[in-house]
Amino acid sequence: MTMAHSEAGTDLNATALERSARNEQLRLLSLCAPALLLIGIVALAPMGWLSGLSFVGKDGLTFANYERLLHPSYQLTLMSTFQLAFVVTAICLALGYPLAYLTAQMRPRAAGLVLLCVLFPFWTSLLVRTYAWLVILQRKGIVNTWLENLGLIDEPLRLVYNFTGTTIGMVHVMLPFMVLPLYAAMKSISPDYLQAAASLGAPPVKAFWQVFVPQSIPGVIAGLIVVFVLSLGFYVTPALLGGGKVMMWSMQVERAMEVYADWGAASALGVVLLVMTIGVLWLISRLVGIGSLIERD
Amino acid sequence: MTSEAGRGGAASLPITIRRLTKHYGKFTALDHIDLEIKSGEFITLLGPSGSGKTTLLMMLGGFVQPDAGSIRFGDQEVVLLPPHKRGIGMVFQNYALFPHMNVAANLAYPLKLRGCRRDEIADRVAKALELVELAGYGERGVHQLSGGQKQRVALARAIIFEPRILLMDEPLSALDKNLREKMQLEIRRLHDRLGLTSVYVTHDQREALTMSDRIAVLNRGRLVQLDQPRDLYEQPTSRFIADFIGETHCVPVEVREGQALLFGKTLQLDRPLRSTAPAQSLALRPEKLHLLGCDVPPQLNVIEGKLRQHVFQGDSIVSYVTLADGREIAVRRSQGFGERTPEPGDKVRIGIAPRDTIIVPDDEPTAPT
Amino acid sequence: MLRKSATSTQITHLQRLWLYLLCGLVVVFLVAPTLLVVPMSFSSSRFLQFPPPDWSLRWYRAYFNSIEWRDATFISLQVAIWTMLVSTVTGTMAAYGLHYCRLSLRRSVQIALALPMMIPVILIAVGVFMLFAPLGLNNTITGLVLAHSTLAIPLVMISVSAGLRNFDANQEMVARSLGASRIRAFLTVTLPQIANSVVSGALLAFVTSFDEVVISLFVAGGDKATLTRRMFLALRDEIDPTIAAISTLLILFSIVLVGASQFLRPGSKT
Repeated sequence: MTMAHSEAGTDLNATALERSARNEQLRLLSLCAPALLLIGIVALAPMGWLSGLSFVGKDGLTFANYERLLHPSYQLTLMSTFQLAFVVTAICLALGYPLAYLTAQMRPRAAGLVLLCVLFPFWTSLLVRTYAWLVILQRKGIVNTWLENLGLIDEPLRLVYNFTGTTIGMVHVMLPFMVLPLYAAMKSISPDYLQAAASLGAPPVKAFWQVFVPQSIPGVIAGLIVVFVLSLGFYVTPALLGGGKVMMWSMQVERAMEVYADWGAASALGVVLLVMTIGVLWLISRLVGIGSLIERD
Repeated sequence: MTSEAGRGGAASLPITIRRLTKHYGKFTALDHIDLEIKSGEFITLLGPSGSGKTTLLMMLGGFVQPDAGSIRFGDQEVVLLPPHKRGIGMVFQNYALFPHMNVAANLAYPLKLRGCRRDEIADRVAKALELVELAGYGERGVHQLSGGQKQRVALARAIIFEPRILLMDEPLSALDKNLREKMQLEIRRLHDRLGLTSVYVTHDQREALTMSDRIAVLNRGRLVQLDQPRDLYEQPTSRFIADFIGETHCVPVEVREGQALLFGKTLQLDRPLRSTAPAQSLALRPEKLHLLGCDVPPQLNVIEGKLRQHVFQGDSIVSYVTLADGREIAVRRSQGFGERTPEPGDKVRIGIAPRDTIIVPDDEPTAPT
Repeated sequence: MLRKSATSTQITHLQRLWLYLLCGLVVVFLVAPTLLVVPMSFSSSRFLQFPPPDWSLRWYRAYFNSIEWRDATFISLQVAIWTMLVSTVTGTMAAYGLHYCRLSLRRSVQIALALPMMIPVILIAVGVFMLFAPLGLNNTITGLVLAHSTLAIPLVMISVSAGLRNFDANQEMVARSLGASRIRAFLTVTLPQIANSVVSGALLAFVTSFDEVVISLFVAGGDKATLTRRMFLALRDEIDPTIAAISTLLILFSIVLVGASQFLRPGSKT
C-alpha cells in the first residue's frame, strides 16, 4: 500500500504499454498491406491517372476531351444508359421481391433449393448465359418458333439485337443481386409482427403493406443500389445482345480505346462514368446514411 | 480449506499486481488495482457484471493490455509479454475446446508446441486424463462429451504443460446447479493437489465463498475488499459488500461521537467503527438474528418491530418483521418455537449479538490492502 | 388444401396462387435458358435451330481439335488458379487483420479494399491497360493475374470475414495461452475452423477470374487470349456452335463448383 502510494503520481509502464498496444494494432493492419498495395496500384491508382489524362490533349492541358462529350450522340448514349439501368432495376425489383418474399417463408430445405436456383446463374459463365439468350431470342429461336406454331404471330418478333433483348439478358444477370439482399432482409423479419398485426385486425394485404414492406426496406435499398450501379457500367451483355443498336456508356469507353486508340477521349468518358457511379452511390448514401452501405458486407 | 502459501512448491509463482489501470474511452474498466497473490493461493475475483473482474483476468492472461500498471509473476515483469510467453493455463467459460481435434489431440496441443517427444506426449496425456477421471476418453470427439466432461478436458488441457499459474473465467457458469457444486469441489481438490497459483473469476458469491483462499471483490473497476471468505462474510467493510455477499437487510443508523445509534438507542459493538460518517447502515444477516421471548439477555442489542409473516422454507423458517420506520427485515431460524409462536401482527423483539452487529459506511471506500 | 391459410395473416393458398405461379416462372427464367444450351451443343446443324434437326458430337470434336480453343482454355485455367492463390492468401490476411484491428484507420482501409466491387469493370480494364502498357505487362499471365486479383480479393474478404464473425474468438485466445504465437494459433486453430469460408472464397476467386471477360478483352491479346476473350469475339462476330459445346462443358464445371460451394457452406459440416 505504502509502495503504491509513493508512486501515485507516476503511471507504471504507461509509455511502454502504449507503444506495444500501438505496435500490435499496426502489425494487424499491416496484414492488409499486400491486398492494399495490389488493389491500390493495379485498380485505384490508374483511376487517378485516368482523371489526369482526360485533361491532356495534343497541346497541353485542355478541356477538349470533355467538350467533345457535349455532342448529341453522347447525350443519346447517356440517356440510353440510364434508361436501361432504370428499366432493369425496376424489373428486377418487381420479379425479385415476390420471389424473395415467398422463399423467406419456405421451410429451410425448399428455400435452400430456390436459393440454389437463384445462385445457379451466379456460378455459370456470363458468356454462356448470353449465348443461351441469343439462341432463345433470335429470329428463328425457340420463342419465335413456338409462337409461330401456336399461330399467335405471323412473322418473327424482333427480340434480340435491340433494347428488348438487352433488357432480358441484363435482368437475367442482375436478378440474383436483387434477390439475395432482399431474402437476407426478409428472413430477419419476425413473423410475430405480422401475427400481431393480424391479431389487431389488419387484413392480410394491409398487414403486408403496413408491417412487412417497411421492414424489408433495407434489403430493397441494398438490392437497388447494387443492381443500378452494376447496370450503369455493364458492358458484356449490351455489347452482345444489343447488336450495336443499344449504345451504353461503357461501350463508348471501349470504342474510344479499341477503335480509335484515343486515350484522352477514353479517359474523359471513363471519368464521367466514374463520376456517375460515385454520384449515384453518394446520392443514395445521403438518403439512407453511409453506414448502412458499408456495414452491408 | 486454506492452503498455506508456498505449499505448491517450485512450480507455482506469486503474482504482484500494481496500479493496473484500463480505460475504454470514458469508461474506467480498472482503476489503479493493487493486488498481491501468494504462491499457491486460490484467489477469486468476485463482482457484478461490468466490475472489471474479467478484464483483470484477461490482463493476467495477456489478452487485454492495460493503459498502465505492472504485473509480476514472481520476479518477472510480464505486463509487456504476449500471452504465449507467459506460461499460464487458462480455462474459458465456454471451454473453448478445439472442435477439429479429439480429446487427446486437444491435450497434446500445448505439449506439441513445446516440442515434446511423441511417447512423452502420449504418457502425459494419459496421466492428465486420469487426473480428471477421464481415462480412456482420448479418442472421443469433443462433441461427444457432456458439459462436465468438456469442463474437465479444458481443465486438463490448461494444466498438462505444468503452467505456473492457472486462470479460470467463470468456468462453471454453463453447468447445472448439482454438477456445478460437484465441480467446485473437484477444481479445488485439483488445485490443492497441484499447488498452482489460481485466479478464478465468478459472479456467484456462493461459489467464491466455497472455493477460495481469499476473495477480491471488485466494483466499478475498483478493488473494494480483499479478505478470506469468512471475514468477507462476517465483517464486510462497506455497504456494497454487505449487500453483495449473502442475504442482508440494511437499516440506517446515526453515528455520533464514536457511537452508533439505532432509533435513538446506542448499539453495543465488538469493534470500533470504521468510519466517522454520521449516516451509516446496520447490516443484518437473517441467520444472525434471534426472535426473543419475554426475557432479554442483557448482552444483546434489541430491535422492536411487528411480525408480518412466517415463511416456511423446508430447512428453516423465515419471519418478516416490520420496524418502526416501515422497513422490513428477515429473521431465519432452523427450528420452530418452543412455547409460544408469535402470530402475524404481534409485537416482537429481535436480538443481535454485539459481534454480529455490523456497521458499514454507506459510501464505498477503497480496500485497505 | 388451397383454402388453408398460408401465413399467420390468414391469407389462403388460393388467394396467393398468382404468387406461386409468378415465382415458379421466375425460377424457370433463372435456370432454364442456361440449360437449353446443353441440347444445342449436340446439334448436327450449323444454325441455331431448336430442337436440333439431328444429334451429333461434331461441335465437341471441333472444340477438342482446335488448338486455339485448347490454348485459350489452358491460359484461362492457369490465370484462374494463380488468381485464386494470390487473392486467397492476400484476402485472408487482410480479412484477419481488419477483423482484429481497432484503429480508426481500419475503416478507410476497408473501404479502399471494397472499391473494386463498385468501380465499373470497364474502367478497371482501361486503367489496367494504361498501367500495363509501359510496364510490358499487357498480354502476359502475370498481368492478367494481377488485374483479376483486384476483382477477386474483395470477394475472398467478404467470405473470410463472415467466417471470422462466426468463429469463437476464445479458441484463438486459448491456443495462445497454451503457448502458440499468434501466427501459429491462426494456422493450427483458426484456419482449420474457418476453412469452409476460405475455400468458398477461393472458389469465388477462381470463378471470378475464369469467367472474367472485360479485362481480358483489353489485356489478354495475342497468344495469351483467354477462353472468355475468344468466346466473346466469337459471339460478337459470328455465332459458332462450338460455343454451345464449350458452354455445356462450362455448365458442367459450374455444377461441380456449386456442389462444392454447397458442401462447404458454413454449418453443413462440423
